[in-house]
Amino acid sequence: MDFLRPSTLEEALAAKSERPAGVPIMGGTDVMVDLNFDRSRPPALIDLTRIAELREWSLEGGALRLGAGVSYTRVIDGPGAHAPALAQASRSVASPQIRNRGTVGGNLGGASPAGDCHPPLLAAGAVVELASVRGVRRVPARDFYLGPRRTARQDDELITAVLLPRPAGPQHFSKIGTRNAMVIAVAAFALALDAEKRTVGTGLGSVAPTPVRAEEAEEFLAAEFDWDTGAPPAEPVVRRFGELAASATRPIDDQRGSAEYRRHAVGVMARRALAWAAAEYRGGLGGGTRCA
Amino acid sequence: MTAPGTTRAPAGLSSGTPDGIGTSPRRPDGTLKATGEFAYSSDMWAEDMLWGMTLRSPHPHARILGIDTTGAIALPGVYAVLTHEDVPGEKRYGLEYRDQPVLAFGKVRYRGEPVAVVAADHPETARRALDRIRVGYEVLEPVSDPRAAAFDPDCPLVHEEEPPEAREEYGRRGNLVRHQPIRTGAFASGAAVEELRARAGAVVAADYEVGMQDQAFLGPESGMAVPAEDGGVDLYIATQWLHVDQRQIAPALGLPEDKVRLTLAGVGGAFGAREDLSMQIHACMLALRTGRPVKIVYGREESFYGHVHRHPATMRFEHGAMGDGTLLYATLEIVLDGGAYASATPAVVGVASSLGLGPYEVPNARVDAYGVYTTNPPCGAMRGFGAVQACFGYESQMDRLAAELGMDPVDLRIKNAVSQGSRIITGQEIDMPLPMAEMLRRCRDMPMPPAREELEDPSDLRTLPGGTGNTTHGEGVVRGVGYGVGLKNLCYSEGFDDHSTARVRLEAVGGEPAVTVHTAAAEVGQGLVTVQGQIARTELGVERVTVLPADTRVGSAGSSSASRQSYMTGGAVKTACEAVRDRVFALARERGTIPAGHSGEGLSLAGGKLVSASEGVLASLAELLGGAAVEETREYRHRPTEMLDPTRGQGSSHTQFGMCVHRAVVDVDLELGLVKVVALDAVQDVGKALHPQQLAGQIQGGAAQGLGLALMEEIQVEEGRIKNPSFTDYLIPTILDTPPMRIDVLEHPDPHSPYGLRGAGEPPTLSSTPAIVAAVRHATGRPLTRAPVRPEDIAGIGPRRP
Repeated sequence: MDFLRPSTLEEALAAKSERPAGVPIMGGTDVMVDLNFDRSRPPALIDLTRIAELREWSLEGGALRLGAGVSYTRVIDGPGAHAPALAQASRSVASPQIRNRGTVGGNLGGASPAGDCHPPLLAAGAVVELASVRGVRRVPARDFYLGPRRTARQDDELITAVLLPRPAGPQHFSKIGTRNAMVIAVAAFALALDAEKRTVGTGLGSVAPTPVRAEEAEEFLAAEFDWDTGAPPAEPVVRRFGELAASATRPIDDQRGSAEYRRHAVGVMARRALAWAAAEYRGGLGGGTRCA
Repeated sequence: MTAPGTTRAPAGLSSGTPDGIGTSPRRPDGTLKATGEFAYSSDMWAEDMLWGMTLRSPHPHARILGIDTTGAIALPGVYAVLTHEDVPGEKRYGLEYRDQPVLAFGKVRYRGEPVAVVAADHPETARRALDRIRVGYEVLEPVSDPRAAAFDPDCPLVHEEEPPEAREEYGRRGNLVRHQPIRTGAFASGAAVEELRARAGAVVAADYEVGMQDQAFLGPESGMAVPAEDGGVDLYIATQWLHVDQRQIAPALGLPEDKVRLTLAGVGGAFGAREDLSMQIHACMLALRTGRPVKIVYGREESFYGHVHRHPATMRFEHGAMGDGTLLYATLEIVLDGGAYASATPAVVGVASSLGLGPYEVPNARVDAYGVYTTNPPCGAMRGFGAVQACFGYESQMDRLAAELGMDPVDLRIKNAVSQGSRIITGQEIDMPLPMAEMLRRCRDMPMPPAREELEDPSDLRTLPGGTGNTTHGEGVVRGVGYGVGLKNLCYSEGFDDHSTARVRLEAVGGEPAVTVHTAAAEVGQGLVTVQGQIARTELGVERVTVLPADTRVGSAGSSSASRQSYMTGGAVKTACEAVRDRVFALARERGTIPAGHSGEGLSLAGGKLVSASEGVLASLAELLGGAAVEETREYRHRPTEMLDPTRGQGSSHTQFGMCVHRAVVDVDLELGLVKVVALDAVQDVGKALHPQQLAGQIQGGAAQGLGLALMEEIQVEEGRIKNPSFTDYLIPTILDTPPMRIDVLEHPDPHSPYGLRGAGEPPTLSSTPAIVAAVRHATGRPLTRAPVRPEDIAGIGPRRP
C-alpha cells in the first residue's frame, strides 16, 4: 500500500486522478477502522492533512463554506452557530478524542447510513463540493446519497467542502442510542424550517439503506404550518407529521435496534422537533430576528 | 525509655506505622495507568520474538473432516503451524472438567473455537498463513436453545464422551453439566406446590431472563512464552490465577509443573474472564516448537470469542406469602447456558441454587438449578457468578409480591430479611453479623437526589435520558425509584481446598528495616499489591515494604476471584508476618533484648522498633537484626466448607456472606425507552475497610457493571454467532450513564476472617441491576422481566428477536 502525502490541493487532485482507487484520509476515524479490521485494503492512502484549505471555514453572505477537513470539535466551537443542526449532530459524535480528529468530509466520504452529519445536511439543504482535475462541481446533499455507502462522488473526485445556506429558521437534530453518549445512532432525525421560503427540510439517519428525507412530511408541514404566527401546530398536525416522517423509513432489525422501534422513534423525534422548532420560531418572531 | 509518651505508643498497631490497614495509601500502578505508561501484557516485546495467531472455527457445531496446513507452512516467515496432532501431552484441559480441547479434534462445539495456531515473524504473515490452512467441516445442527438442551431428550449431544471428572453427585447426563436441587420444609417431605399455594394469602409467579453479559475488560488476552534451556518454558501472562494455569498447561505440554514457570504480566482487567485459559498453551507450544519467544495478543473481536461470558439464564419463580407479607414458600427453576465447555459451570450452578432465593427467610423452598452444554459461546466466571442472575429474579419477585400485597417493597424485604443466626435454604447458618434490615433502612433514609426542576440547569442535555443525543427536553420523562439487595458467597465454596501462600522476609537494608512480601496473587486492578503492603506495615511496624512480582516461585495464592484475595492472600500475608514477628521476638530473647522471664505480653513491632507496652522501645529492628534476615512462608486456609447433598441441596457450602443494598433513582423517557440513572446509592457491610478509597472503587465499579447489565450490556448470539463482538456494539456505561454514588460502608466484623474483613468486590454487582430495573418499572408501570431492559421493552414495542 502506498502512502501519498500531497501538500497542495492540486497535488491531491492529481494523485486522486492517477490513483482513483486510493482512499483519502484525514482524521482516520473511519478509514483506520476498516484497515485494522482488514475490511478494505486500498492500493494507496492519500493523506490530506497537509492541505490547509480543507481545514478552513468561511462565511459567504451568511452561507457557510465548511472545508471537508474541519473536525467536529471545530464545527462545534466555530461555525456551529451558522449550522445549528449540524453543530448538534457534531456534539453527539462519539467521544471528545474522535471529535478532535473526525471530519464532516470523512462522514460524507464513508456515507454510512448511520453517519451523524447526513440528516442535518439533508434537512438544511446543504450542497457538497466535489473537485477533480476536471474541475469543481456542486451536488445537493439530497442527490448525493445513492445507495448503501455509495455516493455521487466520482472515483477521481475529492470532497473539498460542504456549503450550507444561512439558516432562515429553527433547526434541530436528535439521535437515539442505547446509552447516553458515545454511541452509533439507532435512529436520527433532523428538522429545518425555512421562514423565508416557507419550506421544511428533514433528514433521517440509520433507518434506511441511505440517509433519506421524509418528503411527504416536509410538504405536509410546509402547507400546515402557520408561517405568519408560528402558532403551535394542532395535535392532529403534529401526529400526522410524525406518521409521515416514520413512513419515510425503511429500517431493518439489527444488533442496535428493531425496525419497528426505529420507525416508532423517528415519529417521536419528529413530533418533538416540530414542537421545539415552532416554539423557537415564535420566539424569533417576537425578537424581531428569525433565528439567524 | 520510661517517658510516659513512649509507653502508650504501641496501643494500636496501625497507629505506629503510616500507610497500614485502614488508610488509603497510593497504589504503585495508579499514576502509570492514568498516564498510559503502565506495561500491560500486550506491551511485551523480545528481540527475536515470533507472533502467534489462532485459526478459529467458523461454525458453532461441525465435524472436522481434515486439516491441511501445507499451504500455510510453505509461506516464507512462517515458523510453525500446529494442530491437535502437535499437542505434546493431554489434549484437553479445563477448570473443573477436562473437556476443552487445546486445539479442536473430532468436532468443533462453538463458533470461534481454536483449530490451529501459527507462529510467524510478523502478525500480517501469521494472518496470511491462517488464510492458507484448509479445514474440512461437516456442519452439524447447532444446539442453541439451553432449555431444549436441558429437558428435550431428543436434543443432539454437544459432548458424546463423558468428561473424566464428571461427578455423580452433579447429576450429569445428556447435555446437563450439573443439576442441583434444593428441598426444604414441606418440599423436603414431598409436598406439592399446590398445597402451599392453597395456604398462601398472596402468590406471584413469573418468568425472568438475563442476557449474556461480557466482562468487557480493556486489556485483551495476551502473553509471551519464552523457551528455556532446560527444555521448559517461561510464560509471562495476564491471568487471575497463575497456579491453576500452570496445573492445566504443564500436562498439555507433557512437562512437569516445575518446567512451566509463570510470571504475572500487566493485567488489564479480569472480572472472571481470565479464570479459564485462552492463549497460554498455544503460546507455549509454539515457543517450544520454534525455540523462539512467542507473543500472542488477541484483537478485540477475537477477544469476544476468546473468553467465557456470564451465563445467560432463564428463570421461573413462584413466591407465596401470608397476608401480612411473611414468606410461606418459594420455588425456582433456573437454567444457565454454559455453552460448549464446562468451564466454571458446576460451581456457578452451586451458587445459583444455594443463593437462588436470596437473603430471605423462606420456610419452604424448592429450587432446581441446571447448567447445560450448548453450542453457544462458553460461559463461566464473571463477577457475581450465578448469584447475579438469581438476584435479578428474586428481587423482581419481591417487588411484585409487595405490589400484590399493597406493601412498601422495602418493608416487605425487612419483614423477611435474614440476619445473624438465620439459615439460608441450604440449612447453612449465617454465623456472622448481617444487619440486612438496618442496611435497608439506612439505604431508604439516604437523601434523595434533587428533582429535575431543582437542577441548576434542567435543560442540560447531560442530565436527561438520551443525553447528548438531544432526544428530549423533558417530554415524556418520568422518575422512578427502586431497591435491590443481594447475597453473595465470598471465597471458594463446596469443599474446595481454598488457600493462599505468602512468603515474608524482614531484614535491615542500609540501616533501616525492610520487608519483602512475595505471593503468587494476581493484581488484576483491584489493588491487592497495595493491601499486601498495608498488612505487612501494620503487622511488622515497618514502613518500607516491597511486594515482589507475582510468579510461581512461591506457592499458590488461589484465584483473584470470588471477592477472596483480601481475605485469603491478606490472611496469608498476615499469618506469615505473625510468624516473622514471633521469630523476631525469639531472636530478641536470645540476645537478651527481651528480658528473660518476660511473658511476651504487650510486645509488638511498631515504627521500626521492638516495643513493650510496659517498658516502651526495647530496640530498633535494624540493630536487633544486624545482618540477619528473618523469612517465613505460610499457607492460609479459610474454614472448611461442604458439598451440597445431591437430593435436597443441604450443606454449609459457603465460607462467608456479603451483602450490598442499592437504591436507584432513574429518569425514563417513556416514549423512546431511554433511561438516565440519576442516583445509585449503596449500603454495604465490609466487616473492615482495609483501604477505604480502593473499597469505594470496588463498590462503584461493581455497581456500574450491574448498571450495564440492567440497561445495555448483552452479547447477542444468533445461531452461535456473536452479533456484536466490538465495543462499538457491545455497549458499556460511559461517564454520562454512570451517576454519582453515595456509599455508606458498615464495618461489622466477621469473627472468622482476618481483621473481620468481608470480600467486597461482588455484592454491589448483584444489587444494582435489580434496583435499576425496579426503578424503571416504577417509572413505566411495565413488568420488564428481562435484563438488560431494551428501549423497545420500555416503549412497548415488540421484541427485536423472534
